[in-house]
Amino acid sequence: QNYPLYIRSVPIENELKFHYMVHTSLDVVDEKISAMAKALVDQRELYLGLLYPTEDYKVYGYVTNSKVKFVMVVDSSNTALRDNEIRMFRKLHNSYTDVMCNPFYNPGDRIQSR
Amino acid sequence: MVGPASCDRRPEKTQVHTHTSVRRRGCHWPEGQPAEDRCHLPEGGRDRRGLTRGFPEEARAANALTSDFWPPEMSYGRAPKMIHLESNFVQFKEELLPKDGNKALLTFPFLHIYWTECCDTEVYKATVKDDLTKWQNVLKAHSSVDWLIVVVENDAKKKNKTNILPRASIVDKIRNDFCNKQSDRCVVLSDPLKDSSRTQESWNAFLTKLRTSLLMSFTKNLGKFEDDMRTLREKRTEPGWSFCDYFMVQEELAFVFEMLQQFEDALVQYDELDALFSQYVVNFGAGDGATWLTFFCQPVKSWNGLILRKPIDMEKRELIQRQEATLLDLRSYLFSRQCTLLLFLQRPWEVAQRALALLHSCVQELKLLEVSVPPGALDCWVFLSCLEVLQRIEGCCDRAQVDANIAHTVGLWGYATEKLKSLGYLCGLVSEKGPNSEDLNRIVDLLAGLGAERPETANTAQSPYKKLKEALSSVEAFEKHYLDLSHAAIEMHTSIGRLRSAKFVGKDLAEFYMRKKSPQKAEVYLQGALKNYLAEGWALPITHTRKQLAECQKHLGQTENYLQTSSLLASDHHLTEDERKHFCQEILRFADRQTDSPGQRIILPLHCFAQLRDLHFTPSTAVVHVGGVLSVEITLCSQMPIPVHVEQVAISVHFSIEKNNYRKTAEWLTKHKASNGVINFPAESPPCPTPQSQLPAPELYEVFERSPSDNSLNTTGIICKNVHMLLRRQESSPALETSSGVALDDGAHVLKCSGVTLEPGANRLTFRTQAREPGTYTLRQLCASLGPVCFVVPHLYPPVQYDVYSQEPQLRVEPLADSLLAGIPQKVKFTVTTGHYTVKNGDSLQLSNAEAMLILCDAENRAVIYSNAREKASDVLLRVQSSDKVTSISLPAAPAYHVIEFELEVLSLPSAPVTGGESGVLGMTESQRKHKDSRSAGHCMATAEHKVSIDCPWSIYSTVIALTFSVPFRTTHSLLSAGTRKYVQVCVQNLSELDFELSEGSLVGPDSSADLQLVPLNTESPQRIYSKQSVFFVWELKWTREPPPSLRCHFSVGFSPASGGQLSIPLKPYTYEFQVENFFTLYNVRAEILPPSGMEHCRTGSLCSLEVTITRLSDLLEVDKDEALTESDEYFSTKLMYEVVDNSSNWAVCGKSSGVISMPVAARATHRVHMEVMPLFAGYLPLPDVRLFKYLPHHSAHSSQLDADSWIESDGLSVDKHVDDQPDGGRSRAGAHPAPGGEHRGLPMPRLQALPPGQVVNASVGAQVLVVPSRDDHVLEVSVT
Repeated sequence: QNYPLYIRSVPIENELKFHYMVHTSLDVVDEKISAMAKALVDQRELYLGLLYPTEDYKVYGYVTNSKVKFVMVVDSSNTALRDNEIRMFRKLHNSYTDVMCNPFYNPGDRIQSR
Repeated sequence: MVGPASCDRRPEKTQVHTHTSVRRRGCHWPEGQPAEDRCHLPEGGRDRRGLTRGFPEEARAANALTSDFWPPEMSYGRAPKMIHLESNFVQFKEELLPKDGNKALLTFPFLHIYWTECCDTEVYKATVKDDLTKWQNVLKAHSSVDWLIVVVENDAKKKNKTNILPRASIVDKIRNDFCNKQSDRCVVLSDPLKDSSRTQESWNAFLTKLRTSLLMSFTKNLGKFEDDMRTLREKRTEPGWSFCDYFMVQEELAFVFEMLQQFEDALVQYDELDALFSQYVVNFGAGDGATWLTFFCQPVKSWNGLILRKPIDMEKRELIQRQEATLLDLRSYLFSRQCTLLLFLQRPWEVAQRALALLHSCVQELKLLEVSVPPGALDCWVFLSCLEVLQRIEGCCDRAQVDANIAHTVGLWGYATEKLKSLGYLCGLVSEKGPNSEDLNRIVDLLAGLGAERPETANTAQSPYKKLKEALSSVEAFEKHYLDLSHAAIEMHTSIGRLRSAKFVGKDLAEFYMRKKSPQKAEVYLQGALKNYLAEGWALPITHTRKQLAECQKHLGQTENYLQTSSLLASDHHLTEDERKHFCQEILRFADRQTDSPGQRIILPLHCFAQLRDLHFTPSTAVVHVGGVLSVEITLCSQMPIPVHVEQVAISVHFSIEKNNYRKTAEWLTKHKASNGVINFPAESPPCPTPQSQLPAPELYEVFERSPSDNSLNTTGIICKNVHMLLRRQESSPALETSSGVALDDGAHVLKCSGVTLEPGANRLTFRTQAREPGTYTLRQLCASLGPVCFVVPHLYPPVQYDVYSQEPQLRVEPLADSLLAGIPQKVKFTVTTGHYTVKNGDSLQLSNAEAMLILCDAENRAVIYSNAREKASDVLLRVQSSDKVTSISLPAAPAYHVIEFELEVLSLPSAPVTGGESGVLGMTESQRKHKDSRSAGHCMATAEHKVSIDCPWSIYSTVIALTFSVPFRTTHSLLSAGTRKYVQVCVQNLSELDFELSEGSLVGPDSSADLQLVPLNTESPQRIYSKQSVFFVWELKWTREPPPSLRCHFSVGFSPASGGQLSIPLKPYTYEFQVENFFTLYNVRAEILPPSGMEHCRTGSLCSLEVTITRLSDLLEVDKDEALTESDEYFSTKLMYEVVDNSSNWAVCGKSSGVISMPVAARATHRVHMEVMPLFAGYLPLPDVRLFKYLPHHSAHSSQLDADSWIESDGLSVDKHVDDQPDGGRSRAGAHPAPGGEHRGLPMPRLQALPPGQVVNASVGAQVLVVPSRDDHVLEVSVT
């Protein structure tokens, strides 16, 4: 629970900041999950939406049925990502599942795509 | 209506500008139709004052009665809504008519009304008609189609002028002239000032008409306005299009909706504007710049924040109207409107959310548009705005509501805190020294940009403006405000469960405190945050926070904590090499510095310095004898980035004397501790990321449990050796940073290793110790000392221990084979476990010889010496010296805790078992030799136990060792008779697994007199007797004189193992003694079956005669003298009982099958018995058995009772066996059969005694009679048995 499974930031410089940000955003994830738990269970939406707007970044969340949380931080100025996050997350979810299914993958290792 | 006379000719067009509230209940109004309208109320020649006075009241009264359902026209997809429409009545002026392109909807004339009181046709024709026409033309010119003509009728007037046209005519005229096909455009209002039902009716009709027309016009015009607006919006790509103009147009619509109290719709208008603007900004960022947008890109000069306290900020609105607004102005205005509407809608929390988004997006937009902003200006703006929004919300909600909705506002609090912090850093308000001149200049600039405080907040003590100004004014004030905000934010985050956010703010606060040089305040926050990160395993935040904490602890002078944090940091892979080295050096520096001053030591957990990987014992069993050397090798994985010289690594050991001494014997341990002596330690307390991977992999092992006796597999399975690691509860927060009170264990037993340099990575350290006291040693703590700094593993887990044992010397003698066989040489293994005793040269074992057991001394006896670990140490020749009484074995010299093994051959002299199952002493003089002979019915061998007492050099006591030998043979004998000739048969049965060679079997009588001879009928050559097989020997017994009633015989046979080869010593023969009794034949019994007379053969089913002849062969002998013998006149007779028994059911005995006869005791005395038998089967049938018993009379004494029992037991003849088959015989013997219990004590009964087998010869034994099947026997039964 809330252990980072995998963190990767593309610009390396501010990694620490992102770690803090993602960690803090878990508050909202928890909040949303518990709010959702009260709603119908079977109709649970995996996508949590915008969690945590900051001045420069937008944090989106997604939680799988097994409570694996995906948190994505994108630059606010990146306006191309507006409504497509859900699809992004679905893809991410599928890819992540694929990676995890790989018996040769060691959890925590860097995920690489060829 | 007042002053009817004033209804003059010159119709005076009047504009009544009145705000009239038109309430429409249940009126379905196309949603979105405007709220406020202005009606042009042209009135034809009437005193307007009276009208205006009277009308509203009436209108109100009338409206209460009516309701309109308005068809939804031009609804833009909006649902019909109830609206509240207010109208103004103004006097008609041509100038007021809308010009083309007028965008003012609020002042739009929706309906034009012409009032006239004219009732005179003349007047009408003269003035009113013209006036009306003019009016109509004006309207037409302005393309206004919404008009109404009201004709006011007055009865009073009619009375005055009698010759007037009927009143209808005027109305009709007007209708005719103007209301071309729209006759309803003309309404009659009769006697408006009277209180009659007619008046009421006409008022109602008028008001309904007015309302309908008004709404219709309103709907139409609103729709048109919206259409126009959309058209204008579509033109936005055209050059010269201005957002501000469009803004004003759409805002007009919003105003209308707001006036209609359709706040939702009003909000939509603003939201549309908002979105449009945002889209433009985004497009601008994408390179698609609109020219009007460049205007908004002017540098920001004022940052006075949002103003939400006024419903409409006219100042800003004018700026927009004048196209002078900056981006912040526009945004501020837009948001203030949205805020107002949202508050009308009772959605204050949405304001908070939107505010945060707005602030973020404003910052983004300014960045995107590359607007030049002085540093800090935006921070000021955001800070002010946040507080303004928060105060606005607080202003319209009560405390409880605010508290319940912290989740919505907390973001703003956080944002404000953040901004204030950055302002503080920017303006040097955080540093210890306070702002420098540059900072002061900046502050002045920032304050200038705020402008003057708004009048509406000027009186508020806590206005955002005042707060910011104060905060920027001095370091102290800043601190106060910043702390207030931070604490508020932390508190709110905590109260809604956003602990992580709270910790994050706390960390900022800690940073602030560090800057303010108050580390003691910072520490709490850092510890809190770190704990949180540790609990959730976030590596980078952990590292970062720890670094801050280290600095904090350093300032605080918490040496121990600082060193611990340093060691953790030095081993942290997320830090750079240099940083790690720095922290490592910190530890080393401290260690060096403190070396001189003794005293207090600093104890830190080891895991942050190095990790204990595994531990290895040599010997691997972790068991040593006293004085033995044990070495412990540990693998210590140093986490430090540089080699560290450690003065000493020590393992403290706890000593306990274990009660279970058995555990300490070498044998037990070699058996049980089969492991390789390596103990792996789990990676300790993961302070590092990815705890999943830190969970140890399950260590699975196969387990085979064998039964101790026969080593067969009992259980098998898989066990997990580290279940305790895998299944333990995940501790939520290992309190690592606080130095856990690690007590240094100063045990007496310490394993040490000094002067070690630990290289980064794995290091192997070896500890050696010489075992002293026997007992169990448990490794407790591992401690690496570095000057005064000790890195300690407080408890080694899993527990590790080694054992020291001391063992008494031991001698064990055991047969090499499963059992020892008597009579042939057998190997016996001697094992001397030296224990703590050192065997010197000249030490020997003294064996006192047992007489019947020889110790055979080979020349080539070798002894092997093994070390404790079963390694062969040496192999020496063994000297064995034998004298009469004592055999002395010289032991080779062997050190302590070694094992000497050698083998000796021993020979147990065979002895003959005694006849008759009695144990006896046969040629035994030595008391030590006991001969146990168990001749049970089974195939167990008779055993003989020999005890040897051995004197060992290490003990004054003798060790007595018992060796059990088994006799390989069992011998039985039997007496065979053929008439008067007698034979003795001896059967030798081999019970052992070995084959033997038998030779020289001989049988000798008690004395070799001539009157008794034993003639062997055996081969002379040696005979082989195989395992589990028998060999028979037969002798004929011949005598010349009357033989004695019993004969003692001695059988002996030489034997040797068949595969034995050459034996060193001659072996003693096997002997067997027995006694033959009553071997002299007294009676001859002959049975004969004769076919029925006239027949050649017996037939089945037909009776045949059986003739039994019993013949006495001798005169009175010694053996005859018993109770059955009766004497009369020197004539002796004895009573015999015969019995015919057919065991195989071949014959049916008819009539008596048994009887008692009196037999004269004289040679050749014969007794014949006839009886009838019937063959049941055809074929050659053996004759039925004839048995002969001695018939003893009853006697009163009980003494013979035992005999009676004994004969039944001893001869094995079951008398009662045929009782059921042969009722006759059963009856005859009923008395003879002794009942169990004491029954026959009172009832004396005759007894039967079987004649010894030697005394009776059955002459017809083996004889057979041919029985042919009877002719009429169709069924042939064949029984196969």
